[in-house]
Amino acid sequence: MLEKAITGSKNYWGWLAFLLAVIIAGVLAYLVQYNKGLMITGMSRDVSWGFYIAQFTFLVGVAASAVMLVLPFYLHNYKDFGRITIMGEFLAISAVTMCLLFIIVDLGKPMRALNMILHPTPNSILFWDMIVLNGYLAINLVVGWVVLSSERKQLPPPGWIKPIIYLSIPWAVSIHTVTAFLYCGLPGRGFWLTAILAPRFLASAFASGPSVLILLSLLVRKLTKFDPGKEAIQSLAKIVTYAIILNLFFLSLEFFTVFYSQIPSHMTHLQYLFAGYHGYGALVPFMWASMICGLLAIALLINPRTRKKEPVLGVAAVLVFICTWIDKGMGMISGGFVPNPLHEITEYSPTPLELTITVGVYAVGIFILTILYKVAVGVKEEIGDFKPGDVAPSH
Amino acid sequence: MAVNRREFIKIAGLSAALGLGGKAAFDLVLPGQVDAAQMSRPPQALQGSHWAMVVDLKKFKSEADAMALQEICHQAHNVPTIPGKQEIKWIWPTKFEHAFTHLENRQIPPDILETPVLVLCNHCENPPCVRVCPTKATFKRESDGIVIMDMHRCIGCRFCMAACPYGARSFNFADPRNYFKDGKLPNPDYPTRTKGVVEKCNFCAERLAVGKLPACVEAAKDGQLIFGDLNDPRSEVRKTLRTNYSIRRKPDLGTQPSVYYLV
Amino acid sequence: MYNAGKIITGLVIFVVIFTLPLWWQVGKAAPPAPKPELPKTAKVCVEDTAYMRTSHMQLLNDWRNAVVRDQDRVYVGKDGKKYSMSLTNDCMACHNDKKKFCDQCHNYLAVAPYCWDCHLTPEQVKESK
Repeated sequence: MLEKAITGSKNYWGWLAFLLAVIIAGVLAYLVQYNKGLMITGMSRDVSWGFYIAQFTFLVGVAASAVMLVLPFYLHNYKDFGRITIMGEFLAISAVTMCLLFIIVDLGKPMRALNMILHPTPNSILFWDMIVLNGYLAINLVVGWVVLSSERKQLPPPGWIKPIIYLSIPWAVSIHTVTAFLYCGLPGRGFWLTAILAPRFLASAFASGPSVLILLSLLVRKLTKFDPGKEAIQSLAKIVTYAIILNLFFLSLEFFTVFYSQIPSHMTHLQYLFAGYHGYGALVPFMWASMICGLLAIALLINPRTRKKEPVLGVAAVLVFICTWIDKGMGMISGGFVPNPLHEITEYSPTPLELTITVGVYAVGIFILTILYKVAVGVKEEIGDFKPGDVAPSH
Repeated sequence: MAVNRREFIKIAGLSAALGLGGKAAFDLVLPGQVDAAQMSRPPQALQGSHWAMVVDLKKFKSEADAMALQEICHQAHNVPTIPGKQEIKWIWPTKFEHAFTHLENRQIPPDILETPVLVLCNHCENPPCVRVCPTKATFKRESDGIVIMDMHRCIGCRFCMAACPYGARSFNFADPRNYFKDGKLPNPDYPTRTKGVVEKCNFCAERLAVGKLPACVEAAKDGQLIFGDLNDPRSEVRKTLRTNYSIRRKPDLGTQPSVYYLV
Repeated sequence: MYNAGKIITGLVIFVVIFTLPLWWQVGKAAPPAPKPELPKTAKVCVEDTAYMRTSHMQLLNDWRNAVVRDQDRVYVGKDGKKYSMSLTNDCMACHNDKKKFCDQCHNYLAVAPYCWDCHLTPEQVKESK
């Protein structure tokens, strides 16, 4: 099927060339980091994780969201998603790849990464994160490819794939739960030390991932002959609506517990993020922008009339993306480190080189996504599946 | 060594092939080339089963007192002086309110509030850094309770830095050797670190092994620092803790620090 | 075969690139064999020469685990003597010239052990003292 990716329009090749250029810029920036060390980043003794780990955390959520297509289709026989589960699975492959790359670029000694396998340590959550992330990547590669191949042949997928598909559902939940456990099991980091971190991560995942899928669906419909279908997009919109509301609800629970209990070690981080602390407040405008985007999105999504207008839905999806990206990609990680365990304040902001590497990793992910979507859409076009109902579902 | 070890491994491999033993099979896959019987502890090493330190804050008159001890430690371990927020420090003075964040109390006498508090790795009995390390690069020595790092194994993920509730850990953002004048190292008997690994106080494991007290303790004057075996009732630390009220940093977290403070 | 021309050209290019390291060396003299200079002060090492030649890296790996992780710092050598398991302070006390000893074979084999990122060569020790 991969041959579908090597024929395409000028725009397609131009887009790939552009991504390649960005990737090369990222690789060059990474070479500088590799030679000089992480000194080229804005990280510090106090804020020892920065943009890389934040992007990793955000993208684990995007990856997990494939389950929002797989579950309704395979467990509830929701037919409208049957045609586009592949879009979720391929998005997951791209997102997990970015996650793994972000971990690698964050390591001080990347050449020793395999020490994690040479000296396996089950009491470390990072060990389990390695297992669930790589497992999730493998599951989605196998499931996506096998199901799409069967679809191409207009045959039902082989029986052995079903258990793997069912496995992918709890597995998707596990990747974000384990990722939350990285943070919420640490004593002395009051911001993360909360049992609701994993549910919050999942809620924000099921808001951000499906909103990316809505945008991708609109884009695919515009650029190719394949239409993911109005109904499917609307169903995704409902998922996003529930999830973004839950996400902000969980955040408000956090606010209540923290500010009603008035325990300083838990309070200071939220104060720093939303109001500034002892004169430091680099993230305050971003956090409020995130809140406003989230609330605006809810207003647009909760009203059926606006939600059903696709251009408006597109705007709402962008707002959800911005809301969740700022929350996880900016506030979640450095917010936990400021103030530090000694109640001292060191702020963090990424350097240009750090951002170049970050954008480079994103470009790798988008490159993979482009190729995979090209293959998927190519198969759909080949079998004449243009609109919902064109082809009798084979699975 | 009486038996030629190559021969031994051949025999072990053969026996594994014949299904004669799991251990032998393991040796074949991961041949431990050296016989453990050939290796032993140096006889002059100080003996202890739970090293602990008492910091007597009353004996510190000024910040200079504390800085002098930091200087000694950083010289002994080739800790570079890096300006800015990517600094490396094993032991350093901070204010009472920063060291003891759980003891907020505006009515504490001003002289105590102004006393420099030396902070360092607490060598916790229940260390969170050890719990999170994905490679066992940070581990707790069962024999003497020191929380120590295997710099050869650290992958630089910095999970331990996020886990430590005392801010005791530093990361080598750059090659530390760039920060010594003309490549001259303060202590040529001790290695440096390499860029990309985490480091922290090791309770001078390398000095204990040759019968010496930790460098800061040796340099401390007038009982500022007391070091000894917490499991030995006759030790200096136990005597001191028996007769003085001591506090520890963030005891509510259950980490059980091995560094005690007298106020 | 469809597209025979393209496939064969592609294969030829692949084979040429893949075997480039061999072509590159054609006509060039083989590099001189390494001549590690043995210490004049000592006749025996901790183990046999043959063993040290093939397995010093495993030995050092075991040593570093023993010292850092098990607190064992004393090694009883083949000659029954006790040695301190220290690269800089013990190995390099006899093998006191890294360039004439370690680097000889390591350069020949193009391996770059990272021991010296942290541990000091005798030269560095001298400079620092």
